[in-house]
Amino acid sequence: MSKGLVKPDDLIRLESIKSNLIQRSEIIRELRNSFFSRGFIETDTPVLVRAPAPEDYINAPSAGDFFLRSSPELHMKRVAAAGYDKIFQISPCFRAGEVGKLHNVEFTMLEWYETGKTYIGLMRFLKGLLLEIVTKVKGTSKVQFKNSKIDFAGEWKVFTVKEAFLKFAGVTPEEAIAKNEFEILLTEKVEPNLPKDSPVILKDYPSSMAALSKINENDSTAERWELYLGGIEIANAYSELTDYNEQKKRFEKAHKKREENKLPAYPDDKDFFKCLEYGIEPFAGCALGVDRLVMVLANADTIRSVNFFTEF
Amino acid sequence: MYNVADLRKGLKVEIDGAPWTVTEFEFCKPGKGQALYKCKLKNLITGATMDRTYRSSDKGIEKADLEEREMYYSYKEGDLYVFSDAETYEELRVSTETLGKQKYFLIEESLCKILLFNGKPVEVTLPVFIEKKVTETEPGARGDTATNVMKPAKIDNGYEFAVPLFINQGDIIKIDTRTGDYVERVSKA
Repeated sequence: MSKGLVKPDDLIRLESIKSNLIQRSEIIRELRNSFFSRGFIETDTPVLVRAPAPEDYINAPSAGDFFLRSSPELHMKRVAAAGYDKIFQISPCFRAGEVGKLHNVEFTMLEWYETGKTYIGLMRFLKGLLLEIVTKVKGTSKVQFKNSKIDFAGEWKVFTVKEAFLKFAGVTPEEAIAKNEFEILLTEKVEPNLPKDSPVILKDYPSSMAALSKINENDSTAERWELYLGGIEIANAYSELTDYNEQKKRFEKAHKKREENKLPAYPDDKDFFKCLEYGIEPFAGCALGVDRLVMVLANADTIRSVNFFTEF
Repeated sequence: MYNVADLRKGLKVEIDGAPWTVTEFEFCKPGKGQALYKCKLKNLITGATMDRTYRSSDKGIEKADLEEREMYYSYKEGDLYVFSDAETYEELRVSTETLGKQKYFLIEESLCKILLFNGKPVEVTLPVFIEKKVTETEPGARGDTATNVMKPAKIDNGYEFAVPLFINQGDIIKIDTRTGDYVERVSKA
């Protein structure tokens, strides 16, 4: 009861976003149900890790002798290597310094791997999965987000990164990378102009932009795609790299680049490399930002308005 | 030197020799790519605004060497206005150009805030309200107390502004130094 005190801001905030948070809970429940009904099991990999994957621009917050995981990727791949052919996980991940409308240092990631799949097979899988979730949670396949209606039942629009850059930014991705303008053109020219009435896929990234993805031998692009909803990046998928030597080389390059950029050094995940050396069946995996999916389905503006608590 | 990751709203930086403050800030990052720090900046001297996007790979940004000092206005010396430090009595001269319209609202011994960039004064903030005597204005119609009809008036240094019709020569009035506008009458002549 109020006892005549002024209501704290925190309570006002939690009350004002209650319908978003109820949808959040429903979406996470339906995601889990959909994976279980497709024969997946959920893994529980460590939050505290010793060897985060060395990515050029992703930093795991340090926590004593450990790091907080930036993604469950390397541990889940070790599980996949042991013959668990359908695994998923919905769990918190952490990225130092990432705070914004679409970013929070701690966020919820859905990550899954399936043996025998390629990145293209994963796209079809995600299409069925999202249509199921959206229909269950929203009662329709069309979702109003900002000024447009996203139709999850219709065709997804698929562009290669090259097509999208040529169409919306007037340069090839390679030219953009050479000028260090890839990210600026992507966020200022490409993303705002992507169709908003259907889910959109950008696929086949320049090979330098995927430390853990298989490279297509024909055109030397990475077998990687990203899902966009309403112009917002939601999920990232790879045909996973299973070649020990190639992965070793890429991590060495990434470690070097991190050193050049004065970023914290990470030790190599020796167990992950032992698995690769022993051999992993071809597989594909995807990571999806649950908070952002909730934002789109709840038609919310910021990651803050779909989380019970955020630090900033 | 600030790191690009230090950028946030309110940060004061030096770009091409001028002091700027970040008025709007957006963190943006394509998943695997480098972070972008999209800033709207305001020039602290000219008030000009611009957009700048910094990348994680960019080198740091210069810190603006800014200092705010509390100083009393002392006297005018040619085209310069002399202020003295509230504690050390050290004198500082500010040009007419830097003061702009503010020069009309300086009152001896009033405490002002002076923003120094690389040791040079770039902005003077006066007390928000000052009281001045109206030295020149047409007589208003007797008994007319309407406040929405205005007429021109001047103060001793020639500054011209608008006052309500009921203000007479010799009245003491209050002026808002941020806008240069009449606020209210303090006392009648």
